[in-house]
Amino acid sequence: MENKFIVSSSPHIHKEEKISGIMLDVIIALMPATFMGVYYFGIRAAAVILTAIAASVISEYFYCRFMKKTSSVGDFSAIVTGLLIGLNMPPSVPLWMVVVGSAFAIIIVKMLYGGIGKNFLNPALCARCFMVVAWAGAMTTFVEPLSAMDAVSSATPLSVLKGSEGVLPSVVSAFWGKTAGCIGETSSVAIIAGGIYLLFRRVITWRIPVIMIIVFGVLEYFFGSNTFAVSQLEFTLLHIFSGGLMLGAFFMATDYTTTPTTKMGQIIFGVGCAFITFVIRSFGGYPEGVSFAILLMNLLTPLIDRYTIPKKFGYVKSK
Amino acid sequence: MAKTFKGGLHIDDHKSITASIPISFAEGSDIHVFPLQQHIGAPIEPVVKVGDSVKVGDLIADNPEAFMCVPLHSSVSGVVKAIEPRVHTSGAKVTSIIIENDKLYEKSENLLPKNPDNMTSQEIIKVIRDAGIIGMGGAGFPTHVKLSPSADKKITHVIVNGAECEPYLTSDHRRLLEIPETVIDGLQIVMKALNLKEGYIGIELNKKDAIEVIKKHAPENIKIVSLKTKYPQGAEKQLIYAICGKQVPSGGLPADAGVIVLNVDTVTQISKTFRTGMPLIERIVTMSGDCFNEPKNLLVRMGTSFNDLINICGGFSKQPQKLISGGPMMGIAQYTTDVHVIKTTSAILALSDTGDTFENGSVCIRCGKCVEKCPMKLMPLYLNKFARKEDFESAVKYNILDCIECGICSYLCPGLQSPLVNIRLAKQKIIEHRRKNQK
Repeated sequence: MENKFIVSSSPHIHKEEKISGIMLDVIIALMPATFMGVYYFGIRAAAVILTAIAASVISEYFYCRFMKKTSSVGDFSAIVTGLLIGLNMPPSVPLWMVVVGSAFAIIIVKMLYGGIGKNFLNPALCARCFMVVAWAGAMTTFVEPLSAMDAVSSATPLSVLKGSEGVLPSVVSAFWGKTAGCIGETSSVAIIAGGIYLLFRRVITWRIPVIMIIVFGVLEYFFGSNTFAVSQLEFTLLHIFSGGLMLGAFFMATDYTTTPTTKMGQIIFGVGCAFITFVIRSFGGYPEGVSFAILLMNLLTPLIDRYTIPKKFGYVKSK
Repeated sequence: MAKTFKGGLHIDDHKSITASIPISFAEGSDIHVFPLQQHIGAPIEPVVKVGDSVKVGDLIADNPEAFMCVPLHSSVSGVVKAIEPRVHTSGAKVTSIIIENDKLYEKSENLLPKNPDNMTSQEIIKVIRDAGIIGMGGAGFPTHVKLSPSADKKITHVIVNGAECEPYLTSDHRRLLEIPETVIDGLQIVMKALNLKEGYIGIELNKKDAIEVIKKHAPENIKIVSLKTKYPQGAEKQLIYAICGKQVPSGGLPADAGVIVLNVDTVTQISKTFRTGMPLIERIVTMSGDCFNEPKNLLVRMGTSFNDLINICGGFSKQPQKLISGGPMMGIAQYTTDVHVIKTTSAILALSDTGDTFENGSVCIRCGKCVEKCPMKLMPLYLNKFARKEDFESAVKYNILDCIECGICSYLCPGLQSPLVNIRLAKQKIIEHRRKNQK
């Protein structure tokens, strides 16, 4: 028998895990939050999400066509980016803005830097911040959940905490997500369910999300200036369950490409995100600070990696 | 509780293919090929000429001048047909002694059993050297060199490595099950040579039957340690950490941590050499994978052709994509079946689907899985990057030379990068460069 063998360097077996599989897991993990968002904010929310996904995928597809590169759409990362952009939009945002934001995320933030694995900022968060700056009005107008056809504008719990007029929701409704806010960020329970799925599938590790949430909570509990008729614990929990903290901690601050790869680096990253979020929410002009916090820490990631090289096995102190 | 190290991961081990198949004896080939390169260290020269008759156990190559080498013996009786370059399992052509097997297997007369009880350490170590014994797990480090650490190194532990963490391999497992007393005898001889009162045998928990059997046979001063089933549990440094809690200092040998690790096959051979006088002329080869009609654990005479062993296993049931000498994580892919068993051939694997894609567009997404699982706590993603850019200075700063080439980074990478390929190449270039500068 004529035998022709493949000759290559070891190892000769490979784990059956591909990027597309990881991305699919992230998409699955985002489904509870997506479902809750559509439940609270209606068909309009679904339209925003689908627009963001479509715009992201199409942007990546055409970028690859024009640049004569093999299409990278098959790794599903554009779907994840689009889905995250959609979940980070207020339900009432004009759809054309979503298209522009998604194209910005994919083309400017991701593909121009070399595509998946090469961008140094989180594309979905960049899109959100870009849009907040570009269309401040549309991006900060929120509607009440479960309102009838005519969407009623409403302040988010965070803007109330910041001093806007409005009523603070109960901790329970903030936990379930029955508050005004971005489509996918209000329901903490749905996000936690997705996060647990990712932990269980070992797509993410616990370090960044858990440390970020706990450190943030500790900071708010001890240093948050609570001028409301709620206990300090309730105040802290409202801060944790409102706004983008949960979604950011589990799905944005765990993005592989833009976060540290070392254990110590991930701890520093989580602490940094928590601290900057606390500073912005307490002293900044914006009621929300998670996006900026994560983006700032993204910028520090190469440095963090460089200064947290693990001590190698068999390390000996140089004499 | 099972002992282990930090990092690493469980890999589907596929050991059930051959784990319950008893060791069987493989018939020798018509022509046996003995490459002169079977160990790490100084080269050896033939001591026979074309036309010479040899018997089983006869010395055929040696280098009495050098310390860091072991002699080579014939595993068959017959006539030396040629001394010429032949393809070696490393892929290169290596000068080899070719012996036509007369199939009579006449034993050399001057092979006598020796009693280690009346011998000094030096004498025991000399016997081990003269029997051509090396680390049979894969690296091929001369055993007598391991057993002769410099005087400033106090050896406190000797460990028999029964982890067998590479998927598919079952040769150590079968040895431990079938001849536990020989393994223990070999370990006791080594303990005598090193003046140690205690010895350890580390076995992964996926071989519970072997652990039970060996526990029954082990005297009190030999401790059987259950190890977590995790790759690379059998890597020397990881094994030492699991059992003794000591880290071998970077760039050092196990002896620097006061430990000596020996393979199951190696201690078995030590026992055989003392009890029968026979040098190292045979070893167990696991014949496994999904392509053999009859996978087996074979006791094989050195120099047997892969072709004959494949036929003993009933040939291929389907066309293998890869033929590997050794385990799937660290073994060497063969391009021909016309190669021959050497002292470090622990397995011959025929795999139909290895998941090799060779697709373009592999990419690092910085998932950090390689960093998390690296048993040496290195950062393979950066080493890969530096190696590709030939930025050797940064690579050394990121400890590239500490890489043990276990292959976990390449195995895991969801972006289908193969960090180890680039790391291995860079390591070689760095070491070459250093050698040149020393001269």
